[in-house]
Amino acid sequence: MTSLFRTAFVGCLTGLGLTATLAGTAHAQDKPVLTVYTYDSFVTDWGPGPQVEKAFEAVCDCDLQLVNAGDGAALLSRLQLEGARTDADIVLGLDTNITARAKATGLFAKLSPAPSGLDVPVDWSDDTFAPYDWGYFAFVYDNTKLKDVPGSFQELIEADKDLKIVIQDPRSSTPGLGLLMWVKAAYPNKSAHIWDSLAPRILTVTKGWSEAYGMFLEGEADMVLSYTTSPAYHIIAEDDHTKSAASFSEGHYMQIEVAGKLASTDQPELADQFLSFMTTDAFQSIIPTTNWMYPAKFPEAGLPDGFEQLITPEDSLIISDTDVEAIKEDALAEWLTALSK
Amino acid sequence: MADRAQQITLARNGHLSRPSLFKTLTGSAALLVVLLLTLGTVAAVASHATVGRGFTPADWAAIRFTVTQALLSATLSVAIAVPTARALARRRFPGRQVMVALLGAPFILPAIVAVLGIVSVWGRSGLISEGLTAVGLSPLNIYGFSGVVLAHVFFNLPLATRLILQGWMAIPAEHFRLAAELGFTSKDVSRQLERPMLRAAVPGAFLLVFLLCLTSFAVALSLGGGPRATTIELAIYQALRFDFDLSKAALLSLLQFALCTATAGATLALAKPTAFSIGLDHPPARWDGTERSTRLVDTILLLAVALFLFAPLVSVILRGLPPLFALPPQVWPSLLNSLLIAVPAALLATALALALAALITELSRRTGAAALLEAVGFLALAASPFVIGTGLFILLNPVIDPFKLALPITIAVNATMSLPFALRILLPALQRAEDHYGRLGASLGMTGLTLFRIAIWPRIKRAAGFAAGLSAALSMGDLGVIALFAPPDFATLPLTMYRLMAAYQMQAAAGAALLLVGTSLALFWVFDRGGRLDHNIR
Repeated sequence: MTSLFRTAFVGCLTGLGLTATLAGTAHAQDKPVLTVYTYDSFVTDWGPGPQVEKAFEAVCDCDLQLVNAGDGAALLSRLQLEGARTDADIVLGLDTNITARAKATGLFAKLSPAPSGLDVPVDWSDDTFAPYDWGYFAFVYDNTKLKDVPGSFQELIEADKDLKIVIQDPRSSTPGLGLLMWVKAAYPNKSAHIWDSLAPRILTVTKGWSEAYGMFLEGEADMVLSYTTSPAYHIIAEDDHTKSAASFSEGHYMQIEVAGKLASTDQPELADQFLSFMTTDAFQSIIPTTNWMYPAKFPEAGLPDGFEQLITPEDSLIISDTDVEAIKEDALAEWLTALSK
Repeated sequence: MADRAQQITLARNGHLSRPSLFKTLTGSAALLVVLLLTLGTVAAVASHATVGRGFTPADWAAIRFTVTQALLSATLSVAIAVPTARALARRRFPGRQVMVALLGAPFILPAIVAVLGIVSVWGRSGLISEGLTAVGLSPLNIYGFSGVVLAHVFFNLPLATRLILQGWMAIPAEHFRLAAELGFTSKDVSRQLERPMLRAAVPGAFLLVFLLCLTSFAVALSLGGGPRATTIELAIYQALRFDFDLSKAALLSLLQFALCTATAGATLALAKPTAFSIGLDHPPARWDGTERSTRLVDTILLLAVALFLFAPLVSVILRGLPPLFALPPQVWPSLLNSLLIAVPAALLATALALALAALITELSRRTGAAALLEAVGFLALAASPFVIGTGLFILLNPVIDPFKLALPITIAVNATMSLPFALRILLPALQRAEDHYGRLGASLGMTGLTLFRIAIWPRIKRAAGFAAGLSAALSMGDLGVIALFAPPDFATLPLTMYRLMAAYQMQAAAGAALLLVGTSLALFWVFDRGGRLDHNIR
């Protein structure tokens, strides 16, 4: 079957005379190639990818190839499908909601050396994955329209019945799964009740972040599940000060984005070099205004102007990756039950 | 006319020559492509599955919801499409051509753009709600089952209208003239001419809309108000992504194919081919429907449909117009890539459909195998893009880096996804042409290509143009597999639009969306027009 496919596609390809377009990026002949699997918005021109590639290639004498392999769970699925045959040396873009599953595949090697001196608000002691950025999930609102801003999940539940939020589906979206864990972390024993009470506030649930944020910007919902750093984009890139993140007294759940080295890599030293480079200024200073997240290690020069206007949650909530794996199925069932009523 | 119908049926059954080798080969090749991309990819996914879990109650709920909303959406779309197409067929008014052309627009909108467009009219902060609150009423709340159906009718009513309109245009003008000479009223015309045509055209249109709604995901979820609106497609996505349960993904995919085949079987069995006699290919003209009441009904209906379809489109245009003139430079190469995909995909889809239609037409003179072939032609619509993507990846990865083949893969997949539409459009036209001219041509000693060029092609040209146009527009707007296989330095216009959104640049994305709709429509118009030029073939 596969050879038939190959013949068909190769035939199609030559027939269309598009071979030249498809040859892809030419490999630099003698330089070693480091292949990094990551997610789409990391590699686009608006993401950190292009600058990271340039900065690392300036010091590594290598060819850094960033490959868009889907986000979060899709990235891991791709690796599981490829197994040890994968071309990837590094995977960048998993988060702590999925790292336990990633480790269980046995595809990853231990870090050497482990990163140190990080500016992540929680202790980082993972021996397989190193963080490169982090953020807090939060509900973002328009401060010219919403006056009685809820300061907690409780206040959100008790808010005016016309106050509507739009969230993302945990089955298809990273922030959606983040919210599931946020509620679990804040209310470990009554999360089902919280979802029951929150249900009337939820206007709708979207497949991904873009749909939800787009609907919020259209004025369809009063608040949208996003990040505390989202207003920074509007402030820095658009000089728009009307978007704020609501500070919740229960604390805010964190997303910590990490990278790890594949055990099957044919470039182990280069991979280690990249992971060390990841926490240097050259890499970290790119993060805030491209990924719109906090860098894992603040650059010497500090954060860009505008970030000081963001809320800083008093409590940083996070559930360990092994616990996430253990509870996520039940948490999803609770969510489905509450929102399907 | 009944006699005539019988004659033709007799002639059909009496014609027992074997399908030509050429038609058998090309038809089988087309069939193979469809089967590989649908059942083949599911098999590939299943082959990598470990022990999976069976269906949960939530899965059954998703299956029930999916089928219910698809049935209702398809029924409503077709029920409104029939009178709309009739009004468009018998009325001549300034702007009619534009309206027919714009009917292609809702259908090609990327899901996210359509959702925002619909919300701007029907949403909590939409036009209607603003009007309602201004007079002291409470705003609309469409989120739920009604929102899902509303969105699906918005997407599919125009498609169904175009397909049924195609049927109206295929009734020979002589019939309407004769009807006028015999003093037929609208009711008589309806009974004698239109109902038999509808009997042939409506089941196919219903089937297409049903299948489109069957595989809806992002639209159904965001307007459905939450996980109540979980479709099978979302369950597949969850199995692949959240649970990494390949066997369940494969099972759910097979279930979609089974639903597709069952619905195709039921609807196609209801369809009865028309048996209109040969006309002289005059441009259609109408003498009926001049009563004041029918004129009034047609006018009100057309106005209402236009408002329903075009209000969200106007909002898409208004949002996209300002940023259209300051688009980021990345948009332009991605537009070129989209065209490089859409044009070959459209030609390939039309060629595949023609090959399949030719084989079906030949076979229908002999066996019931034709019906099976026709149903297989629809399979691609029930295929999940995620399963196709994952399956292709599993199939190709051991042999070649799928990312190096992003363009041909996307062309092949898009062509196959458009095939059901192209086939639905081409098959009736080809069957008519073969019935009316195939034997005449053969009796004059014309065979093979000569017969096709002189007798058949001129009569299916219009349908081929429509089919290619629709396929091109569909391929332009499709995000599908390119999102899974795109190398970092390669993007299509829809992909760039999504990337802009993910980078907070919603305005630039709105501009890119408008550019996408504009170029898709233009492409559609060019192909459709190409089939229409000198359609007066006498």
